[in-house]
Amino acid sequence: MTKDSRREYQKYNMPDEKGYFGTYGGKFVPELLMPALSELESAYRVANRDPRFTSEFNYYLNEFVGRPTRLTFAERLTNHYRRAQIWLKREDLCHTGAHKINNAVGQVLLAQRMNKKRIIAETGAGQHGVAVATACARFGLECIVYMGSEDMERQKLNVERMKLLGAKVRPVESGSRTLKDATNEAIRDWVTHVESTFYVIGSVVGPHPYPMMVRNFQTVIGQETKRQLEEKNLGTPDILVASVGGGSNAIGFFYPFIEERQVRMIGVEASGLGLQSGKTAATLTLGRPGVLHGTRSYLLQDGEGQVKLAHSVSAGLDYPGVGPEHAWLYDQKRAEYVSVTDEEALKAVELLSRKEGIIPALESAHALAWLETLMPQTVENQIVVLNLSGRGDKDMRTIAEHLDRESRGADRI
Amino acid sequence: MKGNRRLKMLFERKKENERILSLFLTAGYPDPGWSAELIVGLAEHGADLIEIGMPFSDPLADGPTIQYSSQVALEQGITMEKTLQIVQDVRAQTDIPLILMGYTNPLISYGVERFCEDAVKAGADGLIISDLPPEESGLLRSSTRMAGLSMIFLVAPNTPDERMRRIDEISDGFIYCVSVTGVTGARDGDEIADSVDRFIERVNRNITRNPTLIGFGIRSRDDAIRISKNVDGFIVGSSLIDLIRESYPNSGWDKKVYSFVKQLKIGNIK
Repeated sequence: MTKDSRREYQKYNMPDEKGYFGTYGGKFVPELLMPALSELESAYRVANRDPRFTSEFNYYLNEFVGRPTRLTFAERLTNHYRRAQIWLKREDLCHTGAHKINNAVGQVLLAQRMNKKRIIAETGAGQHGVAVATACARFGLECIVYMGSEDMERQKLNVERMKLLGAKVRPVESGSRTLKDATNEAIRDWVTHVESTFYVIGSVVGPHPYPMMVRNFQTVIGQETKRQLEEKNLGTPDILVASVGGGSNAIGFFYPFIEERQVRMIGVEASGLGLQSGKTAATLTLGRPGVLHGTRSYLLQDGEGQVKLAHSVSAGLDYPGVGPEHAWLYDQKRAEYVSVTDEEALKAVELLSRKEGIIPALESAHALAWLETLMPQTVENQIVVLNLSGRGDKDMRTIAEHLDRESRGADRI
Repeated sequence: MKGNRRLKMLFERKKENERILSLFLTAGYPDPGWSAELIVGLAEHGADLIEIGMPFSDPLADGPTIQYSSQVALEQGITMEKTLQIVQDVRAQTDIPLILMGYTNPLISYGVERFCEDAVKAGADGLIISDLPPEESGLLRSSTRMAGLSMIFLVAPNTPDERMRRIDEISDGFIYCVSVTGVTGARDGDEIADSVDRFIERVNRNITRNPTLIGFGIRSRDDAIRISKNVDGFIVGSSLIDLIRESYPNSGWDKKVYSFVKQLKIGNIK
């Protein structure tokens, strides 16, 4: 570590004014969206400096989302591994069941400020879609959610939730009919209705200023964690662990700790059926830099630069790209990125359910599964904080099918 | 002939009452084996300029038609190398200006510098990248300049005056005017007619260095006449592909396509 790069962290101030985190980020969008991005950028800049906006955002985070979320000591999980203490940041306790609502409320408040009455969003598993539909219902705005028809089939319950909340769910039949294509379709809608419409992106992806803005709306996770650790006299944590798809829960959790070099930050990607299987979503581990959905970052792609289909049992991690800030943290080796398989994540769901009485979302279970590898490397007086980004109710069908398969396997033996 | 030379000559030779007819076709559609022959045929039947689409898995600026043709082409194994081979085959038979149109990722995957060199070698004259606004075009511009490839940018109804002027300054070849806010695709004529006059008036006030072609939504000769009154020409893509989609591979499909092209040409019929 050179002196210079150490100084860089001390005043970590990414992205630059062009929206770049090193060589990642930017605004790779059709000309039609450039005026909209400038408008959004300046509106966000003003709002971000306006104490009224901040206090309004905080008000809804507290009263509507239910923040602050708890920092829970996972006593029996800690005893299970007999090493460092494990603490869980309980984003699963947020209204609608995951951290996604933090960002949805932030962006919808901004949309209101910009007098945009028509809200669009993309969704994969439906968690972001539900969060946006929820925020739109609360503020009385029109809401249209693009969702791959394949995902609509897999996540029927969330489709029903969005409808109940008054959102229109538009099935996307193009391409792979999953999150990647839903995002294409949302961008096409935005291009077409650019004056009237606010596009609420669900993760730290897309063109500038989205990766920065979504991160800032999610930073409440890390800020609370920091404060809660101090309140509990636990001081600086040793290791932070979070799952990474697009990477919004991880970046919101990591961000306030980036300048504290002694804190290890670990992002856990989904390797699906395995890194060698070709059916994976481990973008940082297996991808190479490219441009998709308006941003330059790591990307799962073939030799021709065509985007590959991702695979993960967790629909929220089933995305061939990753946020540009993660790409930068990865290249700088400030954060470590690892991966776990579908199978390992499903086992972790069971472990946390049995040990702590908490059913985690499949996304969050990827972070939990990494504990199997991580915990033996730790020692007793260390502190590991894991961001439990969501709860597992939405995944019960997938989980039940897995348990069923397993018990049938056991019968055979 | 050096790349942008051909484009320059095209606009210099244009007659007052004539409109440049530019056609868009996805490379490898309807069949990679057909592409070169089809493009040569389009040139022979009245096209003045051809835009060859380089298929991408995620064409987010395109409507259903070009999404479809891109997907078909990819499924049939189109690659960047094959696309450049098509350019080369066409160039061996005609001197019509050829513009490659696509998205950033396949280009940077191929290697920007290598791409520009190979494209010019194959006989391409210019480049349009749908998701590369001027702000991000730095990664291309020294390579296009060195290779002698025209860099064509777009302006749209929501592009402010000052931005139009800046785009005029950094473009060479022509400016692609997007007639409506939206993705590519054929539209109801009235949908474009309403606001387009005001837009074109702004275009002509701000774009003074480059010729202007208008595109997005043109389905017929009538549309073209109405919309291209005060620009140098127009671009038809989705309607052409829709027609191919309807008729290919029935016998006489190519004749149908060529007669559509013939009637699109306004003024100075070859």
